[in-house]
Amino acid sequence: MTKDEIKAEIKGVIEPYVMQKELLDNLSDEIQLIGDLKINSAHVVDIVLDIEEKYDITIDDESINKMNTIGEAIEVILEKMKKD
Amino acid sequence: MSLNKRVVITGLGVVAPNATGKEAFEHALRGMKSGITRIPTLAEHNLGCQIAGEPEVSEEYKLSLLPQLLNKMLDNHGVIYGCLSGLEAWKDAGLTLDYDKFDPELGIIYGGGALSMDESIGPRFDLVNAGQVKKLGTKTITQSMNSGVSAYLNGMLGAGNRVMSNSSACSTGTEAAIMGYELIKSGKAKRMLCGSSEGKGKYIWGAFDSMRVLCRDSNDNPTFGSRPMSSTSSGFVPGAGGGALVLEELDTALARGARIYAEILGGDVNSGGQRMGGSMTAPNSTAVQACIKNAIKEAGVTPESIDLISGHLTSTMADPIELNNWVEALNVKTADFPLVNATKSMIGHCIAGAGSIELVGCALQMHGNFVHGNLNIEELHPEILKIIPTEKIPTATVETNLNIIAKANFGFGDVNSCIILRKFSS
Repeated sequence: MTKDEIKAEIKGVIEPYVMQKELLDNLSDEIQLIGDLKINSAHVVDIVLDIEEKYDITIDDESINKMNTIGEAIEVILEKMKKD
Repeated sequence: MSLNKRVVITGLGVVAPNATGKEAFEHALRGMKSGITRIPTLAEHNLGCQIAGEPEVSEEYKLSLLPQLLNKMLDNHGVIYGCLSGLEAWKDAGLTLDYDKFDPELGIIYGGGALSMDESIGPRFDLVNAGQVKKLGTKTITQSMNSGVSAYLNGMLGAGNRVMSNSSACSTGTEAAIMGYELIKSGKAKRMLCGSSEGKGKYIWGAFDSMRVLCRDSNDNPTFGSRPMSSTSSGFVPGAGGGALVLEELDTALARGARIYAEILGGDVNSGGQRMGGSMTAPNSTAVQACIKNAIKEAGVTPESIDLISGHLTSTMADPIELNNWVEALNVKTADFPLVNATKSMIGHCIAGAGSIELVGCALQMHGNFVHGNLNIEELHPEILKIIPTEKIPTATVETNLNIIAKANFGFGDVNSCIILRKFSS
């Protein structure tokens, strides 16, 4: 999968957790999940679980800590998909 | 602190085994519709009782009330029924969801029984047993803590007053309403969302089944299983669901032109102390009678003026004892004894959700001027026939003006609650 394909899909994964939907309009790599999209920090855990299920990958705690922005999240997914 | 504010009911919400939503529930009560069905999984797991009252909640109904994220995350039925009933009551009261509003004069008391025994819990325990704790996510604790419904509702309502969750077994729902009434009456809150719910499935019902308190003789005739006050009552039929009421200080309700279903005149909550015949599972009759008498006294009405008793009446051998307690507590001439009905004859016993669902039913009956009939009484229990005339226990729905209703619930642990409603007039 390409980075752009994952980006399109990941928008669907995080959409339910974003209360203000207009924040999803311009989803650049630099957008922060908690800071910019106002996602409740507790729900990052649930987003990771949704991603694991969707791509059949395992994301370790160290990698979760790296997933602060959309771009970083995509990087982690790509990396884990290669390994698995 | 100003005392003795008048308290009225301005919003109703309900998820019941025989109907989902206030209007459908009123229709179901009038039509004496049973919500009891055979549940295949109960037979597969060797329960003696294989029938129950399970609410039917469509995805469409959920989406009409629940925000998208909650609809996605919630899978505990007790929490779902609770949130749906609470949101329906809120909207029914003419109130709106405002995510920017914080209201220090609004409180929530939404109680529960055994939220963590809902069937949604099983797969979670399987994950833990398989060493996959990580997959539990954030919604496991928030849906298994007994304050789960209050907490989720408050995320939508922004209440800043008391937000809590009582748990008093089968007495939970009526108790929640009485606690909310007392807070408004004493001037500590202006508006309270009160209610209770219970989830469903083989875990909670299996535990009751093992106690041998459930109906085991009607697996092939489910709608006949729950028959309170009958000569053949053989145990209660378990149910699930939730009910909620918006209670409001009268002046606040009048100022915004709210529809008023009924006024709460009084209520009492007590315990028999598991003494004098009372135990974990049996009531101390002296305390039951005191609870009823105290509620009537607080309401300032005469026992003769009560039009309807909405009993706890579970379809067990305790029904004649309960009715004898009503007779002793009211102490009126036979002709003046109120009508009696048991909503459980249609919906079974929704455990901690029972009181709230039945109280919503009381408000609907008062506002709609009818007394729903008692389903499945082929012959009244002989001990009941000795103390209450047959015509006081209608087997068909009666259209009649209702001015005062006494509603009671009693629970494991020997706890009692009784509330008095009156038709509102300024």
